[in-house]
Amino acid sequence: MFVPSITHPVGDFIREWVPKLSAYLPEQLQSQTLDSIAAFLINALLCIIAVCAVNIGSAPILIYMERKVCAHVQCRLGPMRLGWHGTLQTIADVIKMLFKEVYSPSGADKLMFYVAPLIVLIAPFIIAALIPFDHNLIVADIDMGIPMIIAVNGFGVLGILLGGWSSNNKYSLLGALRSGAQMISYEISFAMILLFVVMISGSTSLMDIAQAQDGTVLDWFIFKIPVLGFIAFILFFISSTAEMNRAPFDIAEAEQELTGGYHTEYNGTPFAMFYLAEYIALVTNSALAATCFLGGFHAPCIGVAAIDGVLQMVPGVVWLFAKIYFMIWCYMMVRWTFVRPRVDQLMDFEWKFLLPVNLVLLAAGAVWMIFVG
Amino acid sequence: MQERLSTRRYIKRYLKRCITGPWSLICGLSVSLKYFFDPRRIVTEQYPENRKTLKMHERYRGRLEMIEDAEGNNHCTACGMCERACPNASINVLSTKNIAGKKVLGRYVYHFASCTQCGLCVEACPFGAIRMSQAFEVATTDPNSLEMILNKKEGQG
Repeated sequence: MFVPSITHPVGDFIREWVPKLSAYLPEQLQSQTLDSIAAFLINALLCIIAVCAVNIGSAPILIYMERKVCAHVQCRLGPMRLGWHGTLQTIADVIKMLFKEVYSPSGADKLMFYVAPLIVLIAPFIIAALIPFDHNLIVADIDMGIPMIIAVNGFGVLGILLGGWSSNNKYSLLGALRSGAQMISYEISFAMILLFVVMISGSTSLMDIAQAQDGTVLDWFIFKIPVLGFIAFILFFISSTAEMNRAPFDIAEAEQELTGGYHTEYNGTPFAMFYLAEYIALVTNSALAATCFLGGFHAPCIGVAAIDGVLQMVPGVVWLFAKIYFMIWCYMMVRWTFVRPRVDQLMDFEWKFLLPVNLVLLAAGAVWMIFVG
Repeated sequence: MQERLSTRRYIKRYLKRCITGPWSLICGLSVSLKYFFDPRRIVTEQYPENRKTLKMHERYRGRLEMIEDAEGNNHCTACGMCERACPNASINVLSTKNIAGKKVLGRYVYHFASCTQCGLCVEACPFGAIRMSQAFEVATTDPNSLEMILNKKEGQG
C-alpha cells in the first residue's frame, strides 16, 4: 500500500522509530503497512500542531504587542491592569469574543457569511507551512515555494469579498470591493519583488533562498546587491502592507468612511477569525520578508570568528523569530505613524509609482546579475 | 478631479514627489520613533495607584475656591461681577453691611452641582479673590454638600 512520504530529517526519524516501537505490540497487530500509516499520521499531526502553534499562539502575543506599540507611539501606557503590565488582557478579550452570541443580519447569505472567515484563514496557514524555520524545520519544502505563495495569497481576498458581499450591507460591500481592487493591484508588485528575490537566489524554493544567504550579514539579500536590495526590501514592505490590508493601506475597513468595511456585520467568533487571519498574515508576511531579505534562519554573523561562533550556537528558530518580530514591529510602527491614502491615491501609487519602480528594479537587478553576480 | 498639465510639468512634479514624499514619511516616522523609545514622554497617569503623588496641571479647573490668607481673610468686595459672569447661575454673592455701613461680603454661596467649571467667574473677578482649585476627587453621595459657602469670614471691603 502506498503512503505518501517526503524525505525529511524529522520525518525520517519518526519513520525509523515507529517500527522499533511497534515491535512491542502483539504479534497479530504488527505489519509494515500499519507502521507506515502510523508514521505518516504522526508526521502529519506534528506538522499540523506546529503550524497551528506558530499561528494561533502568536496571535494573542501580537494583539498585546500591537496595543503596547500603539500606546507608546501615542505617549500612552496601553493595557496595565490585568496581570503584569496587562499581559492577561488579550486572553480576557479572546474569552469574551468566544462567548459572544453569533448571529447573521437578516437578508444575509448565511452559508457564505459563515464560510468567509474560514476562507480568509486558509491563505496564512498554507504560507506558514512553506516557511523554513530552521535547516530541517519546514513543513512543506516544495520547489515551487514562491509561485505557491503568490497563488495562495489571493485566497485571502476571496474570503473578504465573500464576507462583504454576503453581509447584505452597503458598507461591507464597498469595503470588500475596495479590498478586491487593492489586492489585485498590489499583488503585481508583490509578485515582482518576489521575482527579484528568485532572480538573485536562482531558486523558487524558500529553503534554497534561505540557504543562499548563508554567511555574514552582507550575504543577506537586503545587502548583497548594494542599493537595489534595500530598495527591493522597502518595496516589499510597502506591497506586503497593502497585501495584508493593514494601515496605512486599510481602505477596505476604513473606520471613518465604512464603519469597519467588510467585517461590519460580523461579531463573536467569526469576527475573531477575521482578526486572527489579519495577525497570522502579519506573521507569515514578516516571515517571508525575513526569509527573502534578512537571511532567514541564519545568524547575523559579522565575519569575526569569535563572535560568529557564539552567534551560531543560538538555534536558527530563535534567529528567525527575532527577525520576524523585528519585522512585525516595523509594520506596527508604520501602521501607527502614517495616514491612510484615499482610494484613488492608493491606485495612483501602485500603478504610477510602485509598478514602474519595480520594473526598473527588476531590469537593474538583471543587469547586476549578468555583470557582477 | 484631473487638472490639465503639460507633459513636462507632469513629469517634473512626479519626480519631485518621488523625493518629497519619502522625505515627509521619514520625518513622520522619526517623530513616532522618538516617542516610542522615550518613556519620559508618556502622559498617562496610573490614577488609583499613584493617588498620593498625583499632581494636577496648573491650568486644571476643579471646583471654585476663595483665595484666603493665613487668618482666613479674603479679597472679595461683594461686587457681584462673578455672579453676573456665571452662565448658569451657580454663584450667589449675598452682601451685608458692616458697622461702618459699608457693603461687604456676607456669604458667598456656590452651587457646585450646576457649575461647569468654565472659569469665567475667575476671569471676571477684578480683585483676584477666587480661583479654580486643583481638587479633582469631587464625587459625593450627599447632594446637599454640593451647596457650599466659600468664605469663612465676612469681607473687609
